[in-house]
Amino acid sequence: MISMNKVSKQYGSFHVLTDCTTQVQKGEVIVVCGPSGSGKSTLIKCVNGLEPFQSGEIIVNGVSVGDPRTNLSKLRSTVGMVFQNFELFPHMSIIDNLGIAQTKVLGRSQEQAREKGFKLLDRVGLREQAEKYPGQLSGGQQQRVAIARALAMDPICMLFDEPTSALDPEMVNEVLDVMTELAQEGMTMMCVTHEMGFAKRVASRVIFMDQGRIVEDDSKEAFFEHARSERAQQFLAKILHH
Amino acid sequence: MAYNWNWGVFLQPTATGGDETYLGWMFYGFKMTIALSLSAWLIALAVGAVVGVLRTVPNKWLSGFATAYVEVFRNIPLLVQLFLWYFVIPELLPEKVGNAFKQTNPILQQFLASMVCLALFTSARVAEQVRSGINSLPPGQKNAGLAMGFTLPQTYRYVMLPMAVRLIVPPLTSEFLNIFKNSAVCSTIGLLELAAQGRQLVDYTAQPYESFIAVTIAYLLINVVVMFGMRWVEGHVRVPGYIGGK
Amino acid sequence: MHEFDWSSIPNALPFLWDGMKISLEITVTAVIFGIVWGTLLALMRLSSIKPLSWFAAGYVNLFRAIPLVMVLLWFFLIVPHLLESLFGLPRGSDMRLSSAIAGFALFEAAYYSEIIRAGIQSVPKGQMAAASALGMTYGQSMRLVVLPQAFRNMVPLLLTQGIILFQDTSLVYVSALADFFGAAYKVGDRDGRLVELLLFAGAVYFVICFTASRIVRYYQNKLKTA
Ligand SMILES: Nc1ncnc2c1ncn2[C@@H]1O[C@H](COP(=O)(O)OP(=O)(O)OP(=O)(O)O)[C@@H](O)[C@H]1O
Ligand SMILES: [Mg+2]
Repeated sequence: MISMNKVSKQYGSFHVLTDCTTQVQKGEVIVVCGPSGSGKSTLIKCVNGLEPFQSGEIIVNGVSVGDPRTNLSKLRSTVGMVFQNFELFPHMSIIDNLGIAQTKVLGRSQEQAREKGFKLLDRVGLREQAEKYPGQLSGGQQQRVAIARALAMDPICMLFDEPTSALDPEMVNEVLDVMTELAQEGMTMMCVTHEMGFAKRVASRVIFMDQGRIVEDDSKEAFFEHARSERAQQFLAKILHH
Repeated sequence: MAYNWNWGVFLQPTATGGDETYLGWMFYGFKMTIALSLSAWLIALAVGAVVGVLRTVPNKWLSGFATAYVEVFRNIPLLVQLFLWYFVIPELLPEKVGNAFKQTNPILQQFLASMVCLALFTSARVAEQVRSGINSLPPGQKNAGLAMGFTLPQTYRYVMLPMAVRLIVPPLTSEFLNIFKNSAVCSTIGLLELAAQGRQLVDYTAQPYESFIAVTIAYLLINVVVMFGMRWVEGHVRVPGYIGGK
Repeated sequence: MHEFDWSSIPNALPFLWDGMKISLEITVTAVIFGIVWGTLLALMRLSSIKPLSWFAAGYVNLFRAIPLVMVLLWFFLIVPHLLESLFGLPRGSDMRLSSAIAGFALFEAAYYSEIIRAGIQSVPKGQMAAASALGMTYGQSMRLVVLPQAFRNMVPLLLTQGIILFQDTSLVYVSALADFFGAAYKVGDRDGRLVELLLFAGAVYFVICFTASRIVRYYQNKLKTA
């Protein structure tokens, strides 16, 4: 489904990503973790071409992301993405947030889009909020809307960039629950997150990054029980003691 | 002080004959100021929006052009720009166009030069506001739009511009006020707008205070109306629950 | 198409330079008086003495609502008469330069006071409290603690306003005072070379204002990173 081969990226002389290689199969849930600044966000944004990269290759569903001939908008419409800061469109009601790309990108009718929107809001438990505006919802509710908005496009896979790290602790679980459910339904997912409980529960594999390199890429059991690199062990020790 | 106040002067017929009163002159100037400012404002909004957007696009040539545009119109005095539009540009145009311009009704010539001048001068300021509005959006918004599969123009159209425009209503209000005030500069090329009529009244009547006070009040009136109008607009585009957008 | 002939410019340079000196004189004096008067207005506006703050608010709002051209016309056409009749000055004494400076200073003060007021308000309230806690009077706290901090942040805005003022000095054209623009216009009109002289004037203004605004921006960035 997603295949990365020796992807490298630099800003000037600063190497953000170096030779990142990994594979994501259909239905897999990959958790990406690592210290701040290690390039996790950059890596995941390369997958749908939000960040350009200088060398290497990324193939998503048979399409090469780095190829200048690729229609990136079309590719992105098939890959859902959820951001740390939700990034709902503040000037639109919740239901319109879910509908806008369905109508303008996929060409669905207004009615189809609304129907689909309501169905997904039902699913994340927010149907009553449909006519409200993003600013009127709590962080956890906004993030659930953001997931629903991505799902409205019927994506073939989903990318998450620290979806819970801007949330108050009591709202983290409502979002993780939605993500867990999604994983159990067989959605292909790549999640940057520090929620190790979530990783233990649903991840197929864990990728650990440090200084722009993929240092560990292993099954979750292998990762949590005997991480090979010292950096990963330190990282785990720090994060699990909280 | 030996000054004879005479507010009745406005109702007197003008010294140039005919059945016009000085009040009629004032009213003519008032209408001219309004027509000039509003038409220039509409053009300024349209051009400013385009230039402001271009300043933020990831293309060196386009954003470079837009930057140069803004710098040129911001760093030359309005009066000089006006004289350039009125006296110089018609000379530099291809002969046919230039002559066609010079043969039209002089009032129309003055009006056109003034309108283009005010419009482009203001458009550079509008562009700066549009740019800063776009830049003040959270950077993730653009990514969010693109990630949904919008093209870059669509992202601007549906995601960034609607919010940016709401954010810049207050600074645009002051630009809108400025265009009315700046229109007074156009009296220098002979356009009979409000300030010019005030000056004529000083020349034709012995009542300079009355006429200047009247003109000043007219500008204050415009100010108040614009302010209320824009406050109404602000209230109408308010986004529920959005902090910072008030 | 117009045939350019730039030959009248070199001979006119001394005259144009005299004009530029007038433009600069107006700018500098008006900036200084504008800032002083603007600071006083800002302090009045923020003071707890109601009549003072009403006066300052009224003054600022009035001047910000009327066009500069109107203010200048008031000062050229009306204020001299007023002064003549008040102080019995000889009729027709040339007060154009001083009226221009007075007009600009009083007008710009309204804009400066708004910049300064925002600057004062941007200094954290705790600073005033800390100064008072040290036993300083209100005046001392303002002068020694609040205003220096406020001005540091405001310098770029004040300078930018100065550049705008420099551009606006061209409006003394309405009084036929030969500032730089007036001089250029006169030469162009005299020699039938208005096109060249106006283009020249535009280019000179552009170079000066563009350079000045670059310097301000450089300073602003330095302030930000400091
Ligand atoms: N536009 C840019 N120019 C220069 N360096 C950048 C730029 N964007 C990101 N970086 C650098 O790239 C590195 C990786 O950034 P990235 O956001 O991918 O890290 P991250 O692992 O997601 O960190 P975090 O956990 O803080 O989100 C960081 O060191 C960052 O400083
Ligand atoms: Mg990140």
